[in-house]
This record gives sequence, C-alpha cells and structure tokens, in this order.
Amino acid sequence: MSTEHPARDAVRAAFARMEEVKAGRDGLNCVLWSDSGWSLDLAKEADERSSGVLAGVPFAVKDNIATHHLPTTCASRILEGYVSAYEATVVKRMREAGAVLVAKTNCDEFAMGSSTEHSAYGPARNPVCPSRVTGGSSGGSAAVVAAGIVPIALGSETGGSVRQPAAFCGVVGVKPTYGRVSRYGLVAFASSLDQVGVFGATVNDAALGMEVIAGRDERDSTSADRPVPRLRFDGSQRLDGVVIGRPREYFPDSLDPRMRERVDAALDALRGRGAEVKEISLEHTDLAIPVYYIIATAEASSNLARFDGVRYGFRDNGDEGLKGMYEATRSHGFGPEVTRRILLGTYVLSAGYYDAYYKKAQQVRTLITRDFGDAFDNGVDVILTPTTPTPAFELGAKAEPYEMYLNDIFTATANLAGVPAMSVPVGTIDGLPVGAQIIARHFEEAKMFRVASVLEHALGANGGA
Amino acid sequence: MATRVREADAITERYEMVVGLEVHVQLRTKTKAFCKCSTTFGAAPNVNTCPVCLALPGSLPVLNEEAVALAVRAACALQCDINPVSIFARKNYFYPDLPKGYQISQYDQPLASNGRMVIGKNADGTPITIGITRLHMEEDAGKSIHDRFPGASAIDLNRAGVPLIEIVSEPDMRSSAEAGAYLRVLKQLLEYIDVSDVNMEEGSLRVDANVSARERGETRLGTKTEVKNMNSFSGVERALEAEFVRQCTILERGQKVHQQTMLWDGARGEVRPARSKEESHDYRYFPEPDLPPLRLDRDWISKVKNCLPELPQARQERFAAEYSLSAGDIEVLTSSPALADYFEGVARQSDDPKAAANWVMGEVLAAVKTTGQKIAHFSVRPADLARLIELVRDGFVSNTAAKKIFVAMVETGDPPAKIAEREGLVQVRDASELEKWVDEVLAENPEEAKRLRDGEKKLLGVLVGQVMKKSKGRADPRRVNQLLSERAGS
Amino acid sequence: MAVTRDDVAHVAELARIALDDARVNDLVRELNGILLHMDELRKVDTEGVEPTAGVGDAGTPLRPDEGPQIPLDRPREKFAPAMRDGFFIVPRLSTHEDVVEDEG
Ligand SMILES: [Mg+2]
Ligand SMILES: [Zn+2]
Repeated sequence: MSTEHPARDAVRAAFARMEEVKAGRDGLNCVLWSDSGWSLDLAKEADERSSGVLAGVPFAVKDNIATHHLPTTCASRILEGYVSAYEATVVKRMREAGAVLVAKTNCDEFAMGSSTEHSAYGPARNPVCPSRVTGGSSGGSAAVVAAGIVPIALGSETGGSVRQPAAFCGVVGVKPTYGRVSRYGLVAFASSLDQVGVFGATVNDAALGMEVIAGRDERDSTSADRPVPRLRFDGSQRLDGVVIGRPREYFPDSLDPRMRERVDAALDALRGRGAEVKEISLEHTDLAIPVYYIIATAEASSNLARFDGVRYGFRDNGDEGLKGMYEATRSHGFGPEVTRRILLGTYVLSAGYYDAYYKKAQQVRTLITRDFGDAFDNGVDVILTPTTPTPAFELGAKAEPYEMYLNDIFTATANLAGVPAMSVPVGTIDGLPVGAQIIARHFEEAKMFRVASVLEHALGANGGA
Repeated sequence: MATRVREADAITERYEMVVGLEVHVQLRTKTKAFCKCSTTFGAAPNVNTCPVCLALPGSLPVLNEEAVALAVRAACALQCDINPVSIFARKNYFYPDLPKGYQISQYDQPLASNGRMVIGKNADGTPITIGITRLHMEEDAGKSIHDRFPGASAIDLNRAGVPLIEIVSEPDMRSSAEAGAYLRVLKQLLEYIDVSDVNMEEGSLRVDANVSARERGETRLGTKTEVKNMNSFSGVERALEAEFVRQCTILERGQKVHQQTMLWDGARGEVRPARSKEESHDYRYFPEPDLPPLRLDRDWISKVKNCLPELPQARQERFAAEYSLSAGDIEVLTSSPALADYFEGVARQSDDPKAAANWVMGEVLAAVKTTGQKIAHFSVRPADLARLIELVRDGFVSNTAAKKIFVAMVETGDPPAKIAEREGLVQVRDASELEKWVDEVLAENPEEAKRLRDGEKKLLGVLVGQVMKKSKGRADPRRVNQLLSERAGS
Repeated sequence: MAVTRDDVAHVAELARIALDDARVNDLVRELNGILLHMDELRKVDTEGVEPTAGVGDAGTPLRPDEGPQIPLDRPREKFAPAMRDGFFIVPRLSTHEDVVEDEG
C-alpha cells in the first residue's frame, strides 16, 4: 500500500474486508448501509487535513445514531429510507478527529433486544460462529470490529447493548457514565438509561474512541460538564493498592462453572499484578431486570410516539381519517418486540398503575444505585463480574420474551445506577468468547480503563484463549 | 325565545355559579422554549422549525433561560410561592400538531403555586381576591388548519415549542362578570410586567373555564364541566352564562350534570359537548428524562423579583396621591402601562396634571383610535403635548387654536410652536397692532362705539368679536377686551 | 394484577396501534408473563425511598434566548411523507372540531 494516502488506503482495506467476510445482507448481515464512493471522498479530505487523533481511521456506527448521507433507520420499517437532516454530536466529533465513517450497522429494532434478531433487515450473525447471535442490541457494531473491518465502532447502551455483544463477539465494549457522552443524535429508546458506547479491537482503541466522543454538549441537557481524562494506559503496569470487588450476586450457583472459572481466572491475573480482590454484595441485583423493563418500556412508549407518519419516515394512510393513518402507520411500521414494549410501557404508565409500577421501579432503582455507592464508599475501586451468564446462543434459541430479557441480568444494573462499565474478553468456552465486566464509580472511567488495560495485557491476546 | 330567557333567569336565581379559570399565556421570548427557533408570529409555514421542534429522531430539548425568567416574573406578580426545584413532565397524547407525541409541561412539581390576585372591590369596599392554585411552564403546540385543503388537515409547526405559562385559578369566581374582571385584571398585570403580548386574537392568551352550579347556600361544589374554544373576554362571559343556564336547567329537572368538555360556539351563542374520546384524558404523565430538574437559587429569584416594574394597583395609588385625579380618570389613565407612561410624561413636563389628563383622555385617545396608532409610538410625543399645554397656559395660543395645532401635530409630528407659526395661530399680543384693529373697528362702527362710551357695556362683547374677526382669530381676546374698555372709559 | 383483553385494547388505543384478536390474545399472555416478574418489586420495602428522577444535582442547564436556529441539512420536503404549500399534510380528523386534545 502507498503511504501518501493512509486514510484512503485504510478505507479501501475496510471495504475489502467487508467483502471478504460477507458483512452484508447475504452474509453476516452486520452492515446495513455503506457507500464506498462517499467514504473515499471523506477519506480524501482526511488525507488532505491529516490531522486529529483518529486521522484516517475507518469506523462504523449503529443504525440508531444520526449520520449524514447514509440512512438512519434504527433497523425499523417505520424509518425505511430515512436519512437524518442533522448529524449526531458523537459522529461529528469522530469526523472532526479525522475518523472516516464506512458503515451503519445492524441492530435490534430501536435497540430493543439482546441478540440483533429483532431487526427489520434480518438477524446479524456472529463472526466467530455464524450460526450464533452477535448479541445485541448493538450486534452489528460488535461484529464489524470482531471481523476486523474497523478498529472502532459506536453502539448504544440501554441495558447492556454494547457490553453483551462485545462479550459474545470477543471484543472490548464500553458504556460510559450516564451524562459522559452526548445523546444528541442518538435515537431515544429509554432516555434516562441510554448512552452511546464504544467498541474497540483493543482496550486502547476503545479508550481512544471514548476520549474523542466524551464531554459536555450544549445540545444535551443531561450531558455532564466534566473534564475528560486520558483513558489510555500502559497495560504492563502493576495495580498495587487497587481494590477489586467481587459481588456474590453475580456469581450465583446457577452460573455455568466454566464462566465462573474464566472470570475468577481474570481476577487471579489482576491479583498477580498486585490488586486486592474483595468479596462484596450488591443485594438488589436480582431486581434489576423487572426495574429495568418497567422504566425502559415506559420511557420507550413515550419516545416512540413521534413515529406517527406525519413529518418523516414511513406512512400508511390506512382506510379512514387521521386515527386510521396513525394506526396503520404504527401497526405496520413497528415490529413485534417494539410493539410489545410500547404496549407494556403504556400500560405501566396508564392511569391507576403509575405508582404500582413506574414509581415503585424508580424507588428500587434508587436502592440499586445505593448498593454501588456503598460498595465504592467501602474502599472498592472497581467491581468485576461476568458480562453475561452464558456465551453467544444459537439464532432463534430464546423464544420467550422474558428469557431473552434475562441476558441483561448482569449489565442492566450499571445503566440503572448510571455508573460506567465495560466488557473485556477473558477467554472462550467451547471456542465462544466470554467477557468480564469492570464497573467503576460515576465519572471514574480512568480507573476502569486502567484495570482493563492491565487485564488485557496480563491475559494476552483474545483474553488468553 | 324571550320567555325562555325569563324562565332561565327565574331558575338561575336559585343557583350560584362557581368558576375557575385556566389561562395559557405565550411568553415574549425571541426563541422557543427548548430550541433556538424564532417565535415570530406570521412566518411562512414550518419555516421556524429545526430538528428539535420537528421532533426529528435523536433531537433533545434545552431550556431557554429567558422563558424561566419571564415565568418567575409572572409568578412573583401573582404573589405565588416559587418552588426552588420544579420538574418537567411529559403529557402524552397524539395530535398532528404535537410533534413529539407528548407536550413538555410540569405536573406534580410546578414552577410556582399558592398565589392570589385582587380583581376588584365588594360593595362594602373589601377586596375581591382570587386564589392562584399554580403557575407552570410548558410548550405550545403547532397549528392544525382543517379548512385549507379538502379532506386533509394542514400542519404548521412554527408555533410548536413556543414557551407558555399556564395559570390555574381556584374556583373562587361567582359570576361571569367576576370571570371577566379576573381576565381583564390578569391581562393588565401581564402587560405591566411585560412578559407577553397578551393578545387573545393572535392567541398569545387562551382561556379555558371550569364551571359548576350549586344551590345558593350550598357549600359543596357541584359537578363541573370544562368550557373551551372562547376567543374573547366577552365570549368567555357569554359562554359561562350559557353553560350555567344549561346546568341549572339540568339540576332543576332533578338530573345530574356530568363531567365533560363543552365547546363554545360564538356565532350561535351556545355551548355543545365536545366529541372527546374517553381515553383522551389518560395523559400518562411522567418526569421528562431529557431535562434534569429545574433548580432556581434564592438570589436568582430575588433578582427577578427586584426588577419587577410598578404594578397596576401601586401605580393607581400613586396617581391618586401625586396628581390628585379622580378615581375614574385614574382607572382610564392606568389601563395600560404605555398609556400611564404617556400621561406621566405629559403631566411631569407640563407641570399641569389636570390639563394633561384632559388632553390624554380626550384628544390623545381619540387620535390614537382614529389613526390606529399604538400609544407607545404615538406621533405626538409627551414632551410636545406638554409644550402645547404651556403655550395655551401662557396665552401664546388660544384653546381653539390648540386643538387645530394638535391635529397638525398628529399628522406631521412637528413641535407645536413651529405649527402655530406656520399656520399663523400664535395670538397677537403686540399693543400697537391690537390698538390699530380696535381703532379700525370703532371707526367702522361709530354708532356702537358711541353707545359703548355712553355706558352700554353689553356692546363690548360684540366689538371684541369684530376685532377677533378682523384679526382672523389671532388677537388675544383678553387684551382686546382691556383695550376696548379703556377706549370706552376715556 | 393480571392484564385483561380490555387492558390490552385500551393501551393499544392509547398507543395508536391496531391489533387483530389473535394478536390481542398473544399479547395478553406475553404481557402477563412479563408482569409476573415485575410483581417481584411489590415485595421490596421502599418506604421513604426517593424515586430516581433526573440526573445531576446542578439542575437543568439554561441557554441564552438567542439564535441561530439549528439548520436542517436536508429540506423538509425530502423527508416529509406529504407536504403542500409548506404545510405537512395529514388525513383530516373525523371530528376536527374536537379540540379537546388540541391544547397549549
Ligand atoms: Mg396546559
Ligand atoms: Zn426549533
């Protein structure tokens, strides 16, 4: 490859790799939209400026984040062909850092799912084992990194939608502190839980992406006015004095012993670097799923009301009047899982049930947040757990909605509490990747990344698998 | 018809009307509540819209500081308690001019609560005070136009997201007249503190009424209905009367009023039930997750409080004390802050409040009306009117001339002295000139002159008239009178 | 508390989603299956526990009352399903004098 045009070379390589691994519909189905000509033009500009910490680095973006030129459909029929009239803050920051957008990636419709099977464009397939799911909802972004198409991809988190697919695909996945990254341009699912997350081939790739997109945005009232520290660390350092919490609720007797073994091996590796491991308890953990599904669906039922066929996107005029148009548009525009969640969310908010469900859930959410606060107040620097109860499952394996919801059992707590969390590969089970989750206190991403770098270094490539 | 009205009167005598009002007021900001789009009225459809107020996927609201300041200002003027923490909530319902499918409003923690406003005096002179339950912030919806295209509704979102305050009163009003008084006093107050254009025609002020009827002496409230769709204060009064009669008639038949929304039809002068879907009231309010709680620190609130202008009541009291004007004059002169400012300008600069009051309530209001000007930008500036008053007082122009001069001032905006010169309306007081006219008149009317000298004083007036005529009205009548008397005496 | 067919019909009406009978039956089953787990929360003592509401103690940030308007990179006509004379066009309400929901 010539070196005068590093950006164009890197972008060409990315598209070549897409071909090679069949990233499109007929293959892994992890890429929904791309335009090599357009991306190469961007790369040309990047070569001419050749500035920014991500100069010429190709990246991919989940299809629920607003971008120029390429569609933003949230993998939903209701946004078929919709191209955003503005660009998300996170995409703008990546672009200004020199990165070049090469793909919009597949996901569960409106990020509602844990397998990327609930996509209007069909399920994505796991690059490690194509008969299995990528996890979700940001499965496509996890897959394009795992398949070596891009080193960095953006996804979104509401209950584990970056960490869980990262674990299933064997890459690094980060959910920042709530408010650390702007949500402007992220199509809302559950506003009080949503955060844009980053996938990286390595811990430092993810750290670099996070450094670029993080920080206050005047267009998001919930974005925090906090300085963004350096998040890249030398993984060969020691962790003397660092205390790592091991919450017993995340290691239930029902947990696959091999999963327990992999995660405890990770803890041993960190002990080997001087860290102290401390048994702790986060007692309200088992309530996370009910709390999460009440709050998330309630907010979703309201956030998805704007998809009404009036101003943009898909419209079905139906047979009669305005109400007919609304109902035809929304009934045919939304898939079954989205419909299910809109109805559940409408139910828990509707007259007479608010206190029993929504208010109660917000109270228990407070208790879950306190659990973390107490643990960190008692000298714990970070908490380490399995990211998921199991490795990637077969496509179609989880039929019942609630069975699928249980995938988020170890990840939803961090969204509810708003604390930062990330998944790092820690080996495989039967050749399938598994991840360990590192959780830190609000705005202490630096501590989290430092431990993650050391863990990655200590275990070696692919978590030592 | 007439008899039916009499029946109605007979019935209503046994019942008492109980009214509470919900008033929506558009705040006078440059940009919308949650985005930077302009709030200008009458722009081309959907021009003042952006990703936020179009509710494009992924857009988010950011609160306008001026909207908060104006809302707090209104809350202070209504003597409300301002809550240091208030919470925005989503009011969920589908309507094509509501882009997000929910309205950002406030629900169980509003900006302010527990205020009051005096709307007049009882017969015994005690004040009639109406309680203000709450004042909260919310955003306006767009406009749906149903009669522009056949079979379709046209949606204009320029108004979507314009900041509003909703002012909810206690059910403290006992007649349509009190409701009318409440609205007029509220409008005046909001004009004084300059938070809104309060223009019901342009929809910057909108009124919904909750009405119930109960037998006189009854202390419990009857079942209320909500009356909507009034577009003038008098319309509100007429709608309340109509609905009250309807309810009384129902109660009189021993039947029950059921809670529903009634729509006022001004043309027909009647109320009819709105065809509302039963679920339309399940708004599923919950805290707006895109906006953290609104926190107002004490200093900020008192800063707003301290820069409140003089309120109507205070101004009326001051006018009475400072200018010793009649209650009636004061009511007219303080009806709007602009008029009161204008009057004070004239009164101070002419140092003649009485004359100033007469001119402002007479010529000025008439001219403003006929020329369709706004008093604030009236072509006759207070300083010029004050000067005109001085010219009359010092005898440089006659009262009649002054009226002519004022008309010219309205048209040209020129200063009075200049006009008086140009039009030759300055009174001639120069002795030699006056004596010349007087002598001419005496010469031309020897008979009258003689009889005057013989003591027939009543001829004085006639001859003065002759002189005035000769001078084309420019002679100073007092001096002419003196001169003629002297001549007669000699 | 179990979800009935009427509940599902009611929330579907609120959410402007049309459902055929078969789907209503499925949803009654699915929603009850999910809400069963939600009822776990009933057992938790939350006496005096503040519900989580909003983030950040600083309170919502305030912006100055000034433009410029956030620009649209694509004209409205490009993404609107139906536009005429600059208006978004929708089928007319069956009862368009029904202004009950059309409030400020
Ligand atoms: Mg309102
Ligand atoms: Zn706007």
